[in-house]
Amino acid sequence: MSPVMIPALHAEWTKFRTLAGTWWLLLAVAALTVAVSAATAADFHCPPGGCTPQLTGADPARLGLAGVYLGQVVIALLAVLAIGGEYGTGMIRLTLTALPRRLTAFTAKALVTAAAALAAAVLAVGGSMLAGWLILPGQGLSAANGYLPLSLRYGSDLRAACGSVFYLTLIALLAYGVTAAVRDAAAGIGLVLGTLLLFPIMSAVIPDHVLARHLEQIAPMTAGLYVQATVGLDALPLTPWQGLGVTALWAAGALILGAAVFRLRDA
Amino acid sequence: MTATAPYRSPASPDPASPSRDGFAQTVRAEWTKFRTVRGWVIGTLIGVLAMAGLGLLASAGGQSSCQAVGAQGQGSSGSCGGGISFILGPNGEPVNDSFYFVHQPLAGDGGVTVRVTSLTERVQTPNSGGSNATVPGVVAWAKAGLIIKANLTQGSAYAAIVVTAGHGVRMQWNYTGDTAGLAGTVSTATPRWLRLTRSGDVITGYDSADGTHWTQVAAVTLAGLPSAAQVGLVTASPDYTEHVGEGFGGGTSNFSGPSQDTAVFDRLATSGGWTPAPGSRAPWAGGYVGPPEMPGIGGYHQSGGQFTVTGQGDIAPIPSGHGGEADPAVTVSDYLVGTFAGLIALTVLAALFVTAEYRRGLIRLTFAATPARGRVLAAKAVVVAVVGFAVGLAGAAAAVLAGEAITRARGSYAFPISGMAEARVIIGTGVLAAFFAVLAMAIGVIVRRGAATVAVAVLVIVVPYFLAVFAAVPLNAGDWLLRIMPAAGFALQQPYPAYGQVSMFYAPFSGYFPLTAWGGLAVLAAWTAAALALAAYLLRRRDA
Repeated sequence: MSPVMIPALHAEWTKFRTLAGTWWLLLAVAALTVAVSAATAADFHCPPGGCTPQLTGADPARLGLAGVYLGQVVIALLAVLAIGGEYGTGMIRLTLTALPRRLTAFTAKALVTAAAALAAAVLAVGGSMLAGWLILPGQGLSAANGYLPLSLRYGSDLRAACGSVFYLTLIALLAYGVTAAVRDAAAGIGLVLGTLLLFPIMSAVIPDHVLARHLEQIAPMTAGLYVQATVGLDALPLTPWQGLGVTALWAAGALILGAAVFRLRDA
Repeated sequence: MTATAPYRSPASPDPASPSRDGFAQTVRAEWTKFRTVRGWVIGTLIGVLAMAGLGLLASAGGQSSCQAVGAQGQGSSGSCGGGISFILGPNGEPVNDSFYFVHQPLAGDGGVTVRVTSLTERVQTPNSGGSNATVPGVVAWAKAGLIIKANLTQGSAYAAIVVTAGHGVRMQWNYTGDTAGLAGTVSTATPRWLRLTRSGDVITGYDSADGTHWTQVAAVTLAGLPSAAQVGLVTASPDYTEHVGEGFGGGTSNFSGPSQDTAVFDRLATSGGWTPAPGSRAPWAGGYVGPPEMPGIGGYHQSGGQFTVTGQGDIAPIPSGHGGEADPAVTVSDYLVGTFAGLIALTVLAALFVTAEYRRGLIRLTFAATPARGRVLAAKAVVVAVVGFAVGLAGAAAAVLAGEAITRARGSYAFPISGMAEARVIIGTGVLAAFFAVLAMAIGVIVRRGAATVAVAVLVIVVPYFLAVFAAVPLNAGDWLLRIMPAAGFALQQPYPAYGQVSMFYAPFSGYFPLTAWGGLAVLAAWTAAALALAAYLLRRRDA
């Protein structure tokens, strides 16, 4: 680690934590994710025929973690503001005056953002799992119908939970990299959300099933959220961890692009 | 001493010509701000291109679908390219028109009356065993009754009064028309009397529980009904659908199979000008109306005055998406899939239109020039509404027109839609985009930060749409999202009406929304109005 990394991290952490909006956003990530997960779980109803896995086709982990769909929007916003906000206010020039090593500054900010996102994601996913564990058995997804309660003791549920935390962190890094590349917060968040939603919407309407499947395989959101799947893994176009790997590739690509722009262009 | 007129600055407000201070002037100022920022003009174009381009990708990315369309497995058939076709009704909509018909041609005006004493259905279910074995079941829209039809060709004009298994007596005409009569099911203890009368082009349907007290159900006009029309008994029973399960993220899974119904009629009598010659029994003839390559089950048996008629099929419109995922017919909804991307681009524009002023401090100059803050807000709303409408209109028009051209060129089959409905969807997209842009602008005034504005706007309108339409949340939750969130405005894009007389799961994914176009617009408008009101309040209260 470069000798200036520790002070750089310290500086970025100070900037990050002293903004009032940061804490509200972190809280919003957790609150929104848990609320939506709980509402989705509570809204689940078995079909008239019964609650057996064959009839419902339901994946308890996906139901219990549905709030991640909304939580990722706030996570992305958090990351976008972490770097986009400095461009908006002109603070970025002061930052680079104090820390002329641009890649160090870029990396330090990325690490602080990712760490904050990780913490918020742990809260969000943990709360969602707890809500799912409490609510889903009452909605018919109970042991009597052949469903295990949502619990981190089971390998697949643990994968879904940890994977969701990693997924949210990767979305933060993706948003951070994209915003560093476009250097504007509003355009950055628009681009990130557009990219996330683009692939699933396109693959849903394209009548060519082979092409649609390929689109899902390269989609940052769809593929990444395969990690939440605990049933019907054979039908997925990728394994859960491969899917998360796709999101990781997107995040890496965005970070490289963002770092290149950050390094090469005037602030 | 010379009297001099006091000097008046040409810039000073003149009550007679409020050109410098009027609302129009403020709008012009805001419009100038918008059009002179190069990035925003580019953003506008990106919005249009995203809407149109994604629609094109969707219509061009498909295979040239050369599959048969077996809507209902009975009504329509199709193959690739020129061969594919739906039966079209008198109003141009695709229809199912197959049923068993005991008929005779009757000329001029007259009436026909019958009593129905029984209606039973048999269905094929996953559990009924054997490929063609049937068990008794209930098909809510199985129907039996009287019909007058222009001729025996599928898709011709008709009016019918029928008893149904689950929806009481209905008067139905020209496939889309449907009016309820007496409720309840039919049995020997509770028979239903039905009557159809013709007077020129006007067909009137009556029902009665006892054959003496009659109630008019509906009177409808069948334009151009030939003088000699086919009149008689109809029985039809649409495919039986059983809800098998609800897959998370995958919509629903249904089992559907053919069904048939049998009805018992008696007291069949014609009257008025339709009365057959005295002493001669009317030459009723039985036959199946339907596609010749797919003869349906049907037949009738007459003993004394009693007719027992069995039939299958349906006389009803075919909703788009009826064929499910395998349905290769491209709909207008498919072309408009890029709307969300255009809306995101608009959000960024509308947000920046306000928040950039805060960031640059331009807002103070704006308020110095126009101290009436509400007027500035209104002027900005007008500008973004116009830009939004233009983006939505241009994007949707380009997507639909180009999508149709591609669909034709590829030999895929487009689900028929009237020009009026198409225009309504395109203009509706413009209206949706206009309201959405104003909503995003108002959020921008409230939040005053670009990225947060975009995130909030996308969160309240595009994300609920995504979750509901692409079944990321259970159907029930998705339904509510499309009722109460601003995403309800997407109902403006619904191209085809949902038909109550056809049992189908009318999913948002197939282009059916829980609210009507006006209802959806009202919800979106209410959100927009609330956001504007809060924005106006905060704009007055806060320092710029």
